[in-house]
Amino acid sequence: MTAPETTARELLDAEGVEEALARLASKIEDGGTEDLVLIGIRRRGVQLAERLATILSDSHGKVVPTGSLDITLYRDDFHQVGPRPVIGVTDIPDKITGRRVVVVDDVLFTGRTIRAALNELADFGRPRCVELAVLVDRGGRELPIQADHVGISVETTDRDQVEVKVPELDGSLSVILVSSPGE
Amino acid sequence: MSKTPTRIGLGKDLTGLEDLSGDTIRAILDTAEPFKEISERPIKKVPVLRGKTIVNLFLEPSTRTRISFEFAEKRLGADTVNISASGSSVVKGETLVDTARNLEAMRIDMVVIRHSSSGAAQFLADRIPSNVINAGDGQHEHPTQALLDMLTLRDRLGRIEGLKVCIVGDIVHSRVARSNIFGLQALGNEVAVCGPKSLIPYGIEELGVRTFPHVEEAIEWADALNVLRLQLERMKTGFIPSLREYNRVFGVSRARLEQAPRETVILHPGPMNRGVEIDSDVADGPQSVILPQVTNGVAVRMAVLYLLAGGQPGGAEAAKQESE
Repeated sequence: MTAPETTARELLDAEGVEEALARLASKIEDGGTEDLVLIGIRRRGVQLAERLATILSDSHGKVVPTGSLDITLYRDDFHQVGPRPVIGVTDIPDKITGRRVVVVDDVLFTGRTIRAALNELADFGRPRCVELAVLVDRGGRELPIQADHVGISVETTDRDQVEVKVPELDGSLSVILVSSPGE
Repeated sequence: MSKTPTRIGLGKDLTGLEDLSGDTIRAILDTAEPFKEISERPIKKVPVLRGKTIVNLFLEPSTRTRISFEFAEKRLGADTVNISASGSSVVKGETLVDTARNLEAMRIDMVVIRHSSSGAAQFLADRIPSNVINAGDGQHEHPTQALLDMLTLRDRLGRIEGLKVCIVGDIVHSRVARSNIFGLQALGNEVAVCGPKSLIPYGIEELGVRTFPHVEEAIEWADALNVLRLQLERMKTGFIPSLREYNRVFGVSRARLEQAPRETVILHPGPMNRGVEIDSDVADGPQSVILPQVTNGVAVRMAVLYLLAGGQPGGAEAAKQESE
């Protein structure tokens, strides 16, 4: 048995991520920013939401509120995979009821994270509407969930991993596709 | 009956802190942090223990601990049943193991047990496959109380190592004292005890604990005092001359605290005998963290329930694989 060789390919460099975020921001802006709240999903969705909020605030001169959601306790696989002792803190702005909430995540794959996020969000209030913005849509959905705003779409297999790197956690800004060949 | 331990070094049960490492205790305290926020939400409930059945088997009176566990269980979405000694088959002479086996036969997942006999929690844990959490057994341990004490100290002082903590009062009857000694020492703190000789267990210095015969010396030394209740119900005769005498010699009073070289943090596990072991103006004063202790109790118990509930076969390995 030979060790499988994994290959890493950069899908977006720092500039590419910035451009994709700018496109996302502009699409979000089209829906109006009046009652907008951006909620990032831990962990990397939080940094992306902050970046989107900065772009939107700069173009409007008005602060767009942000929050963060840790979906660990709402996962549907808790009883299969055991606990993850590290749970992040959830921090939702005071009122989301009646507002336009855009949920932000780095990668959209099976859709199970978003399912969990929607359930958790409902426990904080009843937004006017909820939209989904992701930096990368890699396909492979297991639930009927789609994003409203997509940075880039890539074709992947189950063996691939899409890694979004953000400066706050990883020291750089990029999107990497890590592929390991099949048997 | 062992299930695969979780990654942080907890086994199937939590019966005491004596055998836990500092890393494990720290991991429980860290896990409690995000659970604090859930109790501040408009809907104070997450579905992580949805469908789990938890029995609170309280065979000795308790208000605070039982309610705290029940809130913790309900806020994690579990189904709970409360059993007390009166009004159960225990008064008809059923043994602890038979009670537990009957509960098992109804397919439960966890038992939280409070019992007047030391070792009851471990006895049960060795005999049933459900997770067992000790909510106080005789004079042995009360691990979740010590965990919430340590979490509260860490909140107030910003750290939970290198501290000097003195436990004041009825040490000999106190499972809270024992759990605090084990936990605080595992995290690298110094522990002392203070109280009348009749209420200090013989040979306590073998646990690495120093003894202060005078409360003034304890106040001079300590960063925090954990003031224990005089357990009058466990004292048959002769431990102390009178309550007034106890208050005069060992009571934690404003006047005594004013002599301290630092702002001594005051903990009390409740229920308080105001005017006996602690004066009202101390209990209600700025140095008291007695109510934050109660708030943290729910978060710590949520963390313990969460960590134990996930300890299933294959859990540790599978948990490493994150999905998007």
